[in-house]
Amino acid sequence: MIEAVLVMAGLALLIGTGLLVTGARLGATGADAAVDRINQLLPQSQCAQCGYPGCRPYAAAILRDEAPINRCAPGGDPTIAALARLLQRSPQPLDTDYGTHQPARVAVIDEALCIGCARCLEVCPVDAIVGAPRFMHTVLAAQCTGCELCLPPCPVDCITLEPAGADT
Amino acid sequence: MNQPLLYNRQPPRPAWGVRVDPRKTLSTSEPIVAAPLPTQVQLPLELGPERRAQAVVAPGDYVYTGQPVARLETGARNVVCASISGRVAAIRPGPIPGPGPRVAECIVIDSDGQDRRHADCVPAGDPARLAAARLRELIAQAGIVGLGGAVFPTADKLGGSQPVDLLIVNGAECEPYISCDEMLMRERAAQVLDGARIMLRALGCDRAVVAVESDMPAARLALRAALDADRDPRLDIAEVTAKYPAGGERQLVELLTGREVPAGGLPRDVGIVCQNVATAAAVSELFRTGCPLISRIVTVTGGGILNPVNVEARLGAPLADLVAAAGGYTTTNCDLVMGGPMMGMALAGDRLPVTEATNCLLVAAPGELSDAQPGYPCIRCAECSRVCPARLLPQELLVACDTQDPDRLEQLHLDACIECGCCDYVCPSRLTLTPVFAQAKIRQRAHREQQRQARLAQQRSEARNARLAAAEKRYADGPAPDAGEAALTDLLARVEQRDERGDGG
Ligand code: SF4
Ligand code: SF4
Ligand code: SF4
Ligand code: SF4
Ligand code: SF4
Repeated sequence: MIEAVLVMAGLALLIGTGLLVTGARLGATGADAAVDRINQLLPQSQCAQCGYPGCRPYAAAILRDEAPINRCAPGGDPTIAALARLLQRSPQPLDTDYGTHQPARVAVIDEALCIGCARCLEVCPVDAIVGAPRFMHTVLAAQCTGCELCLPPCPVDCITLEPAGADT
Repeated sequence: MNQPLLYNRQPPRPAWGVRVDPRKTLSTSEPIVAAPLPTQVQLPLELGPERRAQAVVAPGDYVYTGQPVARLETGARNVVCASISGRVAAIRPGPIPGPGPRVAECIVIDSDGQDRRHADCVPAGDPARLAAARLRELIAQAGIVGLGGAVFPTADKLGGSQPVDLLIVNGAECEPYISCDEMLMRERAAQVLDGARIMLRALGCDRAVVAVESDMPAARLALRAALDADRDPRLDIAEVTAKYPAGGERQLVELLTGREVPAGGLPRDVGIVCQNVATAAAVSELFRTGCPLISRIVTVTGGGILNPVNVEARLGAPLADLVAAAGGYTTTNCDLVMGGPMMGMALAGDRLPVTEATNCLLVAAPGELSDAQPGYPCIRCAECSRVCPARLLPQELLVACDTQDPDRLEQLHLDACIECGCCDYVCPSRLTLTPVFAQAKIRQRAHREQQRQARLAQQRSEARNARLAAAEKRYADGPAPDAGEAALTDLLARVEQRDERGDGG
């Protein structure tokens, strides 16, 4: 009898420690590291569709429990699933108020129309545009995350989004 | 021999794998037949994954059999030879065998029915005297690639820097139906051994073992007889239990030597090179007759074929020619498969050309191959993990594929799956796991690439934020306050000094 009690107590202790460890998965190494872990799962488009000025701020908001995990449209369901696994929550469908998930796209500048105002250059969050004032600008397709942020500032509307990998 | 043997001549029966109905005898009762000369051949310029060739002939050119017609896109090496003589009719995209309908640029040659050999097709000299690098170069220019199905360039496999202590010549053809290697060993054993010897020289290695399966006694006897006549102490035979997929490269290395090829690695990493027996025979052919790779033996078999047989066919010949050489179809609406029933791929029709990878054309009569039936839920019987030659946990992998959990798939070593189909074969719930794994592998690769891109985007974004913050700070601080002032005071002081000295001007 006493053995059984001891065994059960031992098991309880073991399981308890296990839970502690799981609980500490996010907390123990500090809030910054926790934000980093969440940020690692986000697609890094920096598009601000989630309502925060980039992926890391959104990650911080998730950690503070300020934002739900289903607002990143570029990441879509796989990202939500990954976040749910890390944070041990149940996955939710994407909140379409914050955009819909689309296949990857890249920005293409119609170089014949570009007037070289360099406004797009300033806004690209991932430095995917090369150019200089009064020179033609172009997008490095491999670096562009398709965040659309360069579209509104262009005074001549010469930037469009094309399916990724279509040409150049 | 004083040094211990590097390999086991008769390795024990493996715990993994499945015993499948071999159905090889369908096509082994008749000797190899030569297909009639095709009237037209179609030679794809896509030689393999990321390996493309460029034509060096133009439409209208006359080409001789064995004449180089294309060279590698990267580098100047000729790698494709004309398989018949005649005029180049066109260089255009054409359908090629592959998963799903595939199209590749092809050189189309109309035969003149003469099969005239190119003048350069003469033996390059005694291979026992040529330098290893020269042997490899000649093998590469003859367009010789792995004929077991992987079509990896043979010369590249024979080169390389890691030391090799054993060459395994793979004749352990374990897929049901396929018998082209078995028939080759039965009829041309001496040629296989000769090719093995040349490859040893090209490798700088002094041990070769030809692996055969326990259910091909005739091939083993033929090899034994050739070996006795040959008396080369560096060559030997080993016999592995006939069990699918014992002839897979990794599995064979493990069975014969106990060495485990690391995941994502090559046999070379553990000091071994594997070559198919037909590749060895092609190498021998090149050095004995000067003829480059222009043909291969294809098993044409299945319930849909009137007279199943092994056919020696020119590369680029339409598959329909092979069917005709094997007596034709028994019925309409057969399923065409290139390769065996376990790992082969469905073909769209018989107008496709024979390629280096075409080891078997399986024409299955309706209902001959188990067709897809609805599966039942997994009962966790673990049969699949018992037979998995890569020692994976297919049932767990299946769950991870369903939930699309990339980290879990990584943990379970999805990449080590060789897509052999053993798990499907034994599953009592009739689940089809292999196609799910094949799809998941593609997704997993895409996921890894996405992750890599995301990390780079993150770095650039962080660098940009830091740059903007620094600029912001400079702007907020304004110009360094005392720098200008100090300069002014300094200037005024100097002016004053000059005026005092009175030497202005
Ligand atoms: S929506 Fe997604 S990708 Fe865009 S900034 Fe927010 S977290 Fe990043
Ligand atoms: S180029 Fe435009 S769409 Fe592409 S990442 Fe930069 S701002 Fe976004
Ligand atoms: S914003 Fe438009 S016009 Fe201005 S540099 Fe960019 S692409 Fe050219
Ligand atoms: S063999 Fe089939 S039923 Fe059995 S554990 Fe594997 S997947 Fe499940
Ligand atoms: S298909 Fe993959 S998982 Fe299934 S038995 Fe073969 S190696 Fe194992």
